[in-house]
Amino acid sequence: MAWFRKSGRKQLETSDSDLWTICPSCSAHIYKQEWEAGLKVCPKCNHHARISSTERRDLLIDSGTWREYAAHVTTSDPLLFSDAKGPYKEKAAAAKTKTGLKESVLTGDGKIGGIPVSMAIMDFRFLGGSLSSGCGEKITLTAEHAGRHRWPFIILSASGGARMHEGIISLMQMAKTCAAIARLNDLGVPYLSVLTDPTTGGVSASYAMLGDINIAEPHALIGFAGRRVIEQTIKQKLPDDFQTAEYLLEHGFIDHIVNRKDMKEFLHRVLQYGKRR
Amino acid sequence: MALDFEKPLEEIESRIGELKKLNEKSDVDFDTEIAALEKKLRSTSKRVYSKIGPWETVQIARHPERPLLRDYIQGLCTEFLELHGDRCFGDDQGIIGGFATLRQHRVMIIGHQKGKTVEENIKANFGMASPDGYRKAMRLMNLAAKYKLPIVSFIDTPGAYPGLEAEARGQAEAIARNLTDMSTLPVPVIVIVTGEGGSGGAIGIGVGNVVLMLSNSVYSVISPEGCATILWRDGSKAPEAAAALKITADDLVALGIVDEIIPEPVGGAHRNMDATIESVGDVLVKHLRRLKKMSAKRLIDQRYDKYSKIGRYKKK
Ligand SMILES: [Zn+2]
Repeated sequence: MAWFRKSGRKQLETSDSDLWTICPSCSAHIYKQEWEAGLKVCPKCNHHARISSTERRDLLIDSGTWREYAAHVTTSDPLLFSDAKGPYKEKAAAAKTKTGLKESVLTGDGKIGGIPVSMAIMDFRFLGGSLSSGCGEKITLTAEHAGRHRWPFIILSASGGARMHEGIISLMQMAKTCAAIARLNDLGVPYLSVLTDPTTGGVSASYAMLGDINIAEPHALIGFAGRRVIEQTIKQKLPDDFQTAEYLLEHGFIDHIVNRKDMKEFLHRVLQYGKRR
Repeated sequence: MALDFEKPLEEIESRIGELKKLNEKSDVDFDTEIAALEKKLRSTSKRVYSKIGPWETVQIARHPERPLLRDYIQGLCTEFLELHGDRCFGDDQGIIGGFATLRQHRVMIIGHQKGKTVEENIKANFGMASPDGYRKAMRLMNLAAKYKLPIVSFIDTPGAYPGLEAEARGQAEAIARNLTDMSTLPVPVIVIVTGEGGSGGAIGIGVGNVVLMLSNSVYSVISPEGCATILWRDGSKAPEAAAALKITADDLVALGIVDEIIPEPVGGAHRNMDATIESVGDVLVKHLRRLKKMSAKRLIDQRYDKYSKIGRYKKK
């Protein structure tokens, strides 16, 4: 960004967004380099900002070991769906252009501290990480792939729920993916679930809750029904910590809350116990 | 109770009723007029019901006089031994279940139970089950597996209950657990959508070897109203959303989700409850006979294949 140096005035106008990141949770101004070095975690309040599937992969997988799997799968339009804003097809195409992804989940295999694993990493940037036929298919294929190799399977969730534009087909992906997880259980293959902000709706009510171990990032929003829907239904205000990772830990639905910087080491520790012997 | 689009029928029906009363009281004979109106009623009824769209179907699926699970049990089962409780927290009334003898077949019946009266509906949370309901259902299904009893699951819910307590006790976990455990049940599982198939609340007891739907029932990932509010930013666009979401029985057969449609009497199941219940019984027995011949392994494999096929990616 050489152009702004030409004028001192412009530098003042742009310096905020170029040099600083404002924490979306506590509004602290964080020096951008510090923010990136800290893996987009606020040093003041430990807010874990949303990151992309490729960033997550790079944080967890030993460098040079990643091989993408089921990469051919992309979006389908089983209902030929169209809403007020136009055809779903166009919306999906725009999401692909914007993110460079073909679906809301990145799938593949690699190693964590030398241990081979299969992994599915959801990406919230792609249509809110919604569970679609393509997403369900990728997760199912990768779970089956993990089963054939007896590799532990790890899903990192980040999703607002089912993709409405695919109607009942998206709802059925909950059953499809859970059946694939059941097969891993029968085979004795470890399955770990990492819940990141947000993990809600149909994804929370399927594979995300079913890990042998459920792990969450701090403060992640995790829940089935939306906050507003619940407030309208029960006509009372919900506690501030409602549906946070901490709330779920307290209520017995997750095993651990793990900081982003410690996640790889934590997964590696767990995987030692799930090794085939 | 007449639905909006049924108003023309209601008018003719009430006119017929008035004339019949007059016929009894007075000396004047209205038989010709009554016969003419009855003819008109038949043709109007044909016209009204032949062009009902997805939104009208939603109205019929939610009709307060539509047969509910207990009506089917009463009509089809010589015995129903209700079982209670999830062994963790409570005995949710949004989902009920128990041993049943359905036309000589010993089965486990589970399903959503809506209410007919306000009190019943409050007790059953309008058919919106809590985690306790899903856990009770799974407990009964596991029992069915142990006793080698086929399972018949009746779906009729607006959705899983969205409440503070439901979240605190793990609505998401309860549904997820059912999806997983139902996929490996070693006994036949027949799922039948009799009214509203409301999203996660429906699929939470809806993983079957065969999925049936009554002709005026609906099954959807989100309510048309909810979808309209989000994607149209206008709840009144629910009819548009209902059409776009493809939620009718015909749509679901075309999409490969539903295996068979059970036809309802003209105007909907509530217009002839006994006939509806009989048809449901006939179709259930047909599938029970067929599925009972299958081994546990074949049942599990067939169920897995059924769902893994849904949304299978085909290269374009
Ligand atoms: Zn902060």
